[in-house]
Amino acid sequence: MSDKLALDVQNLSVSFPMRGRGADGRRRALLAVDNVNFLIARGKTLGIVGESGSGKTTAAMAVARLVPKLAGNITIDGIDFGTLDNEALRQARQRIQIIFQDPYSSLNPRLRAGEIVREPLVYAGETSRAEQDRIIDELFEAVGLRPEQKALFPHQFSGGQRQRIGIARALSTRPSLIICDEPVSALDVAVQAQILNLLKSLQGQFGLTYLFISHDLGVVQHMCDDIAVMYMGQFMEYADRKSFFAAPRHPYSQALLDAVPTIDIGAQPTGGKLVDGEIPDLTLPQTGCRFASRCPHARDVCNGGVPQLQDWPGSTGHRLACHLTGTFATS
Amino acid sequence: MTNSPSTAPLLDVRNLSVQFTTRGGTVTVLDDISFTLERGERISFVGESGCGKSMTALALMGLLPAMGRVSGGQVLFKGEDLTTASPARLRRLRGNEISMIFQEPMTSLNPVFTIGQQISEVLRLHRGVDNAEARDRSVELLQAVRIPDAAARVDDYPHQLSGGQRQRVMIAIALACEPEILIADEPTTALDVTVQAEIFALLRDLGAKLDTAIILITHDMGAVAQMSERMLVMYAGRRVEEGQVANVIKAPAHPYTRGLIACVPHITSDVDALVDTLPEIDGIVPPITRFGRDECLFAPRCAKAADECWSAKPQQSDIAGHSSHSVSCWHPFGTEGSR
Ligand SMILES: Nc1ncnc2c1ncn2[C@@H]1O[C@H](COP(=O)(O)OP(=O)(O)O)[C@@H](O)[C@H]1O
Ligand SMILES: Nc1ncnc2c1ncn2[C@@H]1O[C@H](COP(=O)(O)OP(=O)(O)O)[C@@H](O)[C@H]1O
Ligand code: SF4
Ligand SMILES: [Mg+2]
Ligand SMILES: [Mg+2]
Repeated sequence: MSDKLALDVQNLSVSFPMRGRGADGRRRALLAVDNVNFLIARGKTLGIVGESGSGKTTAAMAVARLVPKLAGNITIDGIDFGTLDNEALRQARQRIQIIFQDPYSSLNPRLRAGEIVREPLVYAGETSRAEQDRIIDELFEAVGLRPEQKALFPHQFSGGQRQRIGIARALSTRPSLIICDEPVSALDVAVQAQILNLLKSLQGQFGLTYLFISHDLGVVQHMCDDIAVMYMGQFMEYADRKSFFAAPRHPYSQALLDAVPTIDIGAQPTGGKLVDGEIPDLTLPQTGCRFASRCPHARDVCNGGVPQLQDWPGSTGHRLACHLTGTFATS
Repeated sequence: MTNSPSTAPLLDVRNLSVQFTTRGGTVTVLDDISFTLERGERISFVGESGCGKSMTALALMGLLPAMGRVSGGQVLFKGEDLTTASPARLRRLRGNEISMIFQEPMTSLNPVFTIGQQISEVLRLHRGVDNAEARDRSVELLQAVRIPDAAARVDDYPHQLSGGQRQRVMIAIALACEPEILIADEPTTALDVTVQAEIFALLRDLGAKLDTAIILITHDMGAVAQMSERMLVMYAGRRVEEGQVANVIKAPAHPYTRGLIACVPHITSDVDALVDTLPEIDGIVPPITRFGRDECLFAPRCAKAADECWSAKPQQSDIAGHSSHSVSCWHPFGTEGSR
């Protein structure tokens, strides 16, 4: 395994217990993440994109061990993070930090901005108070906040500034991996651009590795080196940015892209071509392609087993989970 | 009546201003907004949050918050000035001739009534139809907004529907009386893009079928391009640019419009052409206490700002060669320039 990998996730599954029992008498559980695999090289960004409820947040929270996993291996910087416990886990936690969507609810309203950034450092317990002060000053400057703003409370900041505080906090322990969960979805477009530029420049400056979750394909295209398209707990397509956007292969990816309104006048929106089918029940075992009920290309074969990610013929690493891959490739 | 109905636009908003009376004094929330809307036409209001888009819509419908009042101008609906209309007259208009849908359909639907009851209520109120007819018509409306199995779903409660379906129900309610104007205030902001595409298609189809004019409020230029013929860009309670969508997007004249278009990462199939850094608009929208001043309110964020921008409010001017394209800026970009 390459030492350049910041994150290596193998066969990750997450299930949530549900009330009641299924027809077979067993406890019901919702399989929110179903056997996903992904890698992020150090200094790179993997984007996970998909509709709401597809399992993006759950997968990321399982990586951070904030949600228990059902199965899978999580390796961070070569450390088997998925099996650590107690003190070792507490120590290792500082390797992952999270930037959340909502800059209003994710900051403790009773702490001053400087103390919010200090918190992870205190928790990690490796720095003196004076070192912490120095780190906080550096970070405030790096994220574009003024030193005197350290003394202000979250409600005294705008949404974009709060997100800057969240970013400074996430950077404080020099983590190996930063999970950005819809970091700009709650922001206005102009502020969104400011924050995206900041995240990119910090990445260059500090060599940060991002797991970047978004429902916005434009943002994902701008930010990510690799793209995973998630649907109902499974990766449907996984490719590098160039290959993905030059030719998205999975019918679900195509549907997502088609639905994005463009500023090209006269471009006819093609959204709405999806079949209006029932979405699968994730508390039951899947027996076919989970997208088949909405897929405009679906045939009988699509209901025969869960398709697994496989290379698009002739490509290396542009993978999709679709029973009709061969058919699409030869047509 | 001030205009003859045959020549008057459906809606003619003239120099509309709205003030709020707060503890700190009087502030101008909307400052001299003018636009017209023809029957069946689609226009978008675009701008960041806090620029007065929703307030404009509320002012049209006579739904300003208690501290607000129309301090100047007229809202002429088929020649009738709604700013002086009685509350009873406005109630009859709302939902009947002018309806509105909002971002969060769940908060606009009543959780304890079935969706059929809620559509029927509008029909009984405005159209005086009886129960049986209202129910039949409700099913038809649910079919029109493409709710599958409408005859059964009519008895569902709001929580039994997905977010996209609830917004369809809101559209069904809004269109129940075949209004002449539908105001859609960020109707898809809370929805997935796949659902948004369906809602937009639905609005376009039904708007065309019923000849309903649509005012779409959005912050998304893509949505503007797909949904509207004309657009009005708002900043800090003012109209900063207006014109045909094709003209404005091709050659935005106001630095704010230009910034709004450029700062968004637009999808391309050629990723090698992408820039690493997005063009930024510095800073944020000012609070309403700064609105209304005799200066360009965009100046603190504008790369072109010069002395006159800080000392006087720019007047609206037509862009040469484009009579329907106007801008309020001391230093607009030329029409010949490309993005
Ligand atoms: N704590 C939880 N308990 C039960 N189900 C959950 C929980 N968190 C998420 N889910 C379910 O898991 C699925 C994936 O959710 P999520 O990871 O939040 O998706 P996304 O981030 O892609 O919108 C959804 O069906 C959601 O309802
Ligand atoms: N009920 C209210 N009380 C006080 N200020 C308000 C109220 N509603 C809106 N505002 C202010 O009026 C301005 C315009 O708001 P709004 O029309 O909602 O903007 P937009 O719809 O463009 O986001 C904003 O500065 C907003 O903060
Ligand atoms: S496997 Fe079948 S249903 Fe699934 S995406 Fe491919 S074509 Fe569509
Ligand atoms: Mg999520
Ligand atoms: Mg609004």
